[in-house]
Amino acid sequence: MGLEAEIPVLTTSVEKMVQWARRSSIWPVTFGLACCAIEMMAMSCGRYDIARFGAEVFRGSPRQSDLMIVAGRLSRKMAPALRRIYDQMPEPKWVISMGACASIGGVFDNYALVQGVDQVVPVDVYVPGCPPRPESLIYGIVQLQRKIALQKLA
Amino acid sequence: MDSTALVALMQEALAGVHLERVASRDLQTTVYIARDDVPAVMLAMRDRPELRFSVLAEVTAVDFWPREPRFELIYLLISLEHRFRVRLKVPLSSDSARVATVSHVWPSANWLEREVWDLFGIVFDGHPDPRRLLLPEDWEGFPLRKDYPVQIRMTPRVTEPIQVTAEEFRTNVEKDRLARK
Repeated sequence: MGLEAEIPVLTTSVEKMVQWARRSSIWPVTFGLACCAIEMMAMSCGRYDIARFGAEVFRGSPRQSDLMIVAGRLSRKMAPALRRIYDQMPEPKWVISMGACASIGGVFDNYALVQGVDQVVPVDVYVPGCPPRPESLIYGIVQLQRKIALQKLA
Repeated sequence: MDSTALVALMQEALAGVHLERVASRDLQTTVYIARDDVPAVMLAMRDRPELRFSVLAEVTAVDFWPREPRFELIYLLISLEHRFRVRLKVPLSSDSARVATVSHVWPSANWLEREVWDLFGIVFDGHPDPRRLLLPEDWEGFPLRKDYPVQIRMTPRVTEPIQVTAEEFRTNVEKDRLARK
């Protein structure tokens, strides 16, 4: 940047550029399973406004998504569907496990529910809470952004 | 109509069937019938003009394990025409937990009986579609039985990604096209 002020050029590395692009446009796939989804919707709406972090575009199709927010308790019957949606997402992709139920089964310690979605998909960030407040989920997304910023290309 | 009169009316319509009326805490008319009487009783309950129980509101069951007879199958019937409600109970022992289906009497029984089969393992003889309803198809055991564990510590099953060959894809498309005609 030491050249001429009127030349609109920034020099950087491809890696930094890609990391910046990835972490600034995390498009989540809608996977609301229970009451956590209400907080997830609140996070995407005007009051908490996840658009400030570039992650507001909730997609109805896994083909257009980078992030899966598993919001709520996952039943054993739903597990194959969750895995299939995850498999349909293009690389690179990340998973946030939102709330106590998605992370460890929560209060539902019974036969019907998967005791932690990390048995089904690889989880990058766990957000605790029952349900987590929208601020918590935003903090989780910021943590994910920091994680993405550290991922090397090669 | 009070409970005594309704049971008397039912007994009149169902000659030869043993109806055992019991008191219930919610004051709803509750009658025990034997398992072998179910098809005849249900048809009469629906078709007799003085009864006309046209709605089967619910089929459910209770497990009283380890007591015998272990299960109680419960039918909730409503007569819209005469404004009757009745609760029919059928005791079933654990070694022969099966009963004739009523899905040809009330079509709503189809899924209700599938649900009872799914969760309690009570067999409905003659059911047109005896598959699991709520649980995954490959589930083992019947979770609402009292001797079923609360936590089974099983790794969740996930499906493999679907692999369809071009030939299979074309066959499926062709099958769909023919089915729509």
